[in-house]
Amino acid sequence: MVHWTDEERDIIKTFWGKIDAEEAGHQALTRVLVVYPWTQRYFSTFGNLSKPSAIAGNPKVRAHGKRVVVALGDAIKNLDNVKATYAKLSELHSEKLHVDPENFRLLGEALIIVLAGQFGAAFTPAVQATWQKLLAVVTAALSSKYH
Amino acid sequence: MTLTAADKAHVKAIWSKAGGKAEEIGAEALGRMLEVFPQTKTYFSHYADLSVKSSQVRTHGKKIIDAITSAVNHIDDITGTLSSLSTLHANTLRVDPANFKLLSHTILVVLALYFPAEFTPEVHLACDKFLARVSHVLADKYR
Repeated sequence: MVHWTDEERDIIKTFWGKIDAEEAGHQALTRVLVVYPWTQRYFSTFGNLSKPSAIAGNPKVRAHGKRVVVALGDAIKNLDNVKATYAKLSELHSEKLHVDPENFRLLGEALIIVLAGQFGAAFTPAVQATWQKLLAVVTAALSSKYH
Repeated sequence: MTLTAADKAHVKAIWSKAGGKAEEIGAEALGRMLEVFPQTKTYFSHYADLSVKSSQVRTHGKKIIDAITSAVNHIDDITGTLSSLSTLHANTLRVDPANFKLLSHTILVVLALYFPAEFTPEVHLACDKFLARVSHVLADKYR
C-alpha cells in the first residue's frame, strides 16, 4: 500500500479542485499525440491527426482526454487503494486495448507540463513532486494486470 | 530523431527568453529534479543544501543552462560544441545517462511554467527532441 503524508493528500485535494478535467485532459493528450507522434497508433479511428492544429481541434481527442483525467478522479478518491480501484481498467488496457504501459508514463509527464503551465509559480517543487508521485502510482496500477 | 528547420527555430525562439534567466531556470530545473527524483541526490552528496534556493544549486543550474545555450547557439554542431563536456561526463562525472532524461523533463516543466504562452505543443516537441539530442551527445563517449 502506498503511504501518503497529510501534506501530500492536501496538495492533491487542493489542486484537483482547481483542475478542469476536460481542458487539462485535452491539453495533455494533445501534447502526447504531438510530441510522441507514434502514440497516434492507438487512435486510428479519431479522424484527422495530421498536424498539431488538427490534433488540438479534434473533438475525439478532447473527449478522450477528458475521459482519462476524469478517471484520475477515481484514484484521487481512493488514494489508499489505487491498485484495486484500477484493476479492471488495467485489464482493459492490457487485454482489449493492447496499450504499451510506457504510454501511461508519457501521458503523466504531459499532464505535469500542462499543470505547470496552468499554475505557474504555485506549482512548486513540492507540488510537482506530489503530483509526479500520484501519476507514478496511477501508472503502476494501470500496468499491474499486464501479463 | 533529426531536428527539422522548424524544430531549430522553435528551440532558438524559446531559448532566447530562457537563456537570459539562466540561473533562475537552472536552479528550478535542477532543484526540482533533486526533489522529484530523489535518487539523483546521490550525485550531489557534497552539497549542503539541495533546494531550489541553495547557492550551490543555483550556481550549478546556471552552468547547465549556459552549456545548453551554447548548444542552442551552435545547433548545427551540437556534437562539436559539447565535445569537452561529453568527455567530462564520460571519464570524470560518469552520471548514469538515465538521469539526462530526468533533468530534460524538469527543464521542460520549468519552460512550461515560465513561458506558458510560448511553450506550445510544437515548441514542446522541438525542445524534447533537442534535449534528447544533447543527452545523446553527452553520453556519446561513455563506452
